[in-house]
Amino acid sequence: MNQTLSAALMIVGATFMLLAAVGIVRMPDLFTRMQTTTKAATLGIGCMLTSAAIYFGTLQVAARALAVIVLVFLTAPVAAHMIARAAYFIGVPLWKGTIRDDLQGQYDLRTRVLEGTGALKFSPPSTEERDKSGPNAK
Amino acid sequence: MTFEGLGLLSWTVILVTTMLSVGAVLAFTRLVRGPSLPDRVVALDLIATLLMGIIAAYSVAAGQPVFLDVAIVLALIAFLGTVAFARYLEKGTLR
Repeated sequence: MNQTLSAALMIVGATFMLLAAVGIVRMPDLFTRMQTTTKAATLGIGCMLTSAAIYFGTLQVAARALAVIVLVFLTAPVAAHMIARAAYFIGVPLWKGTIRDDLQGQYDLRTRVLEGTGALKFSPPSTEERDKSGPNAK
Repeated sequence: MTFEGLGLLSWTVILVTTMLSVGAVLAFTRLVRGPSLPDRVVALDLIATLLMGIIAAYSVAAGQPVFLDVAIVLALIAFLGTVAFARYLEKGTLR
């Protein structure tokens, strides 16, 4: 029973990861490739480690597998976000069939500060303010 | 792979390892072809994840849960590498 469940989970996970690999070849631009690989590969690795935990069936292995799963589920979105942000700033082209780009014109590409919405307007403090509140304040 | 006879799980492990290896080859083509550097970084990240899957399958095949520790280390290093590449991309290019 355990073996059957473990085998099924392993095949499901490997299928997800294979689909992620197909996606990274077939998708037209960086951002679609990234959403394919990050989500599908994360789910796939989760399934495969769960399968290993079920196969061994002890608490130590389950804890270890859980540690890997939590680690991957926490780090994969962060890494994908950082890569996507860097790629958008250095001007990686979007797919030509892209309908809307919500960030267009919202980012100041030089200072990399969100603009246009007015929510996060950044104005550097003037020199007088800095003298008043800075470390050299009298 | 130390199985007595070829049971259900050993066939599964063979099948899974083959699928993940094919996936790694596909990701490697993107690593070679990738038009921009972020494409290559994403391909490297995917290859590391596929390798973690292969390690999980192999630890089941070998009956050695110790190999899962390797997966932990690999996950950490892959994340650090990706973040380092992202920082490098973001800081290193002026436009």
